Amino acid sequence: MDSLQEHGGKSVINRGGRLSFFFDNEKFLGPIMIAPAVIYVLALVGYPLILAFAYSLSDITVGSVDYNFVGLSTFRSIIEEPEFRIALKNTILFTFVSMAIVVVLAKILALLLVKDFKGKFFVRALILMPYVAPISLGVIGWLWMLDSIYSPINWLLQRTGLFGPDFWPMWLGTPGLAMASIITVHVWRMLPLAMIIMLAGLASIPKDIQDAALVDGAGYFRRLFQVTIPMMLPIMLVAVLFGIVFTATDIIIILVLTRGGPYDSTQVLVSQAFYIGIDAGDLAGGAATALFLFPLLLAVAILMLKIARRSEVT
Amino acid sequence: MAKVETQGLEKYFGEVKAVDGVDIASREGEFLVLLGPSGCGKTTLLRMIAGLEKPSAGDILIGGEAVTHLPPRARGVAMVFQSYALYPHMTIYKNIAFPLKAVSMPKDDIDRKVRWAASMFGIERLLRRKPRELSGGERQRVALARALVREPNVFLLDEPLSNLDAKLRTSAREELHRFQKDVEITTIYVTHDQIEAMGMGDRIAVMNQGKVHQLGSPKEVYSDPSDTFVAGFLGSPPMNLIKTEDRIIGFRPECFLPRELLGGSGDLESFTVEVSRVEDLGSDRLVYGRLEKRFGHHQVVANLPTSFTHYSIETGGTYDFAVPRKDVKFFDVESGLRAEPIPL
Repeated sequence: MDSLQEHGGKSVINRGGRLSFFFDNEKFLGPIMIAPAVIYVLALVGYPLILAFAYSLSDITVGSVDYNFVGLSTFRSIIEEPEFRIALKNTILFTFVSMAIVVVLAKILALLLVKDFKGKFFVRALILMPYVAPISLGVIGWLWMLDSIYSPINWLLQRTGLFGPDFWPMWLGTPGLAMASIITVHVWRMLPLAMIIMLAGLASIPKDIQDAALVDGAGYFRRLFQVTIPMMLPIMLVAVLFGIVFTATDIIIILVLTRGGPYDSTQVLVSQAFYIGIDAGDLAGGAATALFLFPLLLAVAILMLKIARRSEVT
Repeated sequence: MAKVETQGLEKYFGEVKAVDGVDIASREGEFLVLLGPSGCGKTTLLRMIAGLEKPSAGDILIGGEAVTHLPPRARGVAMVFQSYALYPHMTIYKNIAFPLKAVSMPKDDIDRKVRWAASMFGIERLLRRKPRELSGGERQRVALARALVREPNVFLLDEPLSNLDAKLRTSAREELHRFQKDVEITTIYVTHDQIEAMGMGDRIAVMNQGKVHQLGSPKEVYSDPSDTFVAGFLGSPPMNLIKTEDRIIGFRPECFLPRELLGGSGDLESFTVEVSRVEDLGSDRLVYGRLEKRFGHHQVVANLPTSFTHYSIETGGTYDFAVPRKDVKFFDVESGLRAEPIPL
């Protein structure tokens, strides 16, 4: 027995050598494998975030050579500005209205697409298109479609008689309509991903449970609201959490379609931060505006995770 | 209480025939077991009776009424699934109350019935918990309580014991059987476990490849199999089946004993066995060996109760074995069906 073990041990050492010792040792291999991710997060997320915090507590501009600590006075001054309040209000409106629409539509689409029908693959592919198209190109397409003079949408609605001959809405040029347009385009863009997540959630509900509800005598809506949706809740929350953070920090659609106008009616905190910090060169003000979202989103994230844990299912 | 009947029931999944012309009828209050290997169509048959699968052809009658095209909720059936299928986000109370809420029963009545069903299975103290906090045995009771609470006409059970550990399964088997006899609700029970089938069933339908091979009492299907499939499927080890020129002859290992142990009693068929291996399993002793040349040196198994310990059998030895003539079954070589006995 002893000799056998000795023999076995020796052969392992001989075969592997130093390299195998290195690769078989989790103490060395673990840190090395995880290092790229850690370095990436520290360099491209952690460092800029700390920089933003530092900037927001100073009076720094693009022309500054020194760092002047001013405490919270930058925050105080931006909060007092009416443009900031408008942007904050718009951010909340934009985020919650578009998320609500996305969740409802994605849920309906997922319920439809989970069924088997002819051409299902084609319909799924079609719905996924906005997600795979480059976002800036997609939004430029929308810019044309919502054009104040050549809008094909208006043309179509007028031709079909839905709009009167003198009715020609300026989608991006009227305050209320501009926000509605931005929300519509954002929903168009977010829907595919949300639907995919919902489909995955639907598919994760065991078939036995759906069958049990059927045999237990539950009708369609009872099954939907008492079985399907509660069981999908954790994954829906993931979709909503992701969507809120994504929506509240998005800038491309607004930059391409309205640049925050007309009269700041579509200005959100991120676009505001860009205009203050980069265009106007007030780095401190830009950083403070952008960071204003940070506690808000952190709170949303914590809340969502708490709800997700409570409704956790096995 | 209701009879369940299927008439020429068929189910195709694409090209595959899952259920192939099944005609069975349960009796009122009967415990009917559908027994067969995996993929034999027994679960599909049960799901069709529940209304979860649409038959490709044929009819289903419950209590004399055709329910073939009715949705599950209109059939008055309750089902227990292999996974129990408890609603994970609801408490046990809400799980059991769910079928009652679905028929909009008043709250007080729901409460009374939930507590009654829970007391039937001794799970009153679990009512406020969630399914994930329960053990396998407790979950199984909850699933049964949820099925019972509506007082259905028919219970459909799909391998409800297969997720329990072996020890628990034995007690759950006994409990389930007693419960069924108490409530007297017609029960159709799907299993691939012949011990469950033999132990609980009033009658057993033995299925293979979508067909019912035999429907009879446990004793009938065991000792009087209608064909070689049933003979080879039931029993552990199964019936010895020996192909000869005119017939396949079959006899149970426990009927196949050393000649001197059988004494001179009755009409015996004798065989010579060259023993190749002896397995002592505690309660039984399994003797593996080969028959004489007349039967093509066919492999056979004999099962000797250990109470015959004084009779020693050595590996490599040749012994005289015998089967009482009445315990030898004859099957047709071509069809595998039972055939007229012939002298050996």
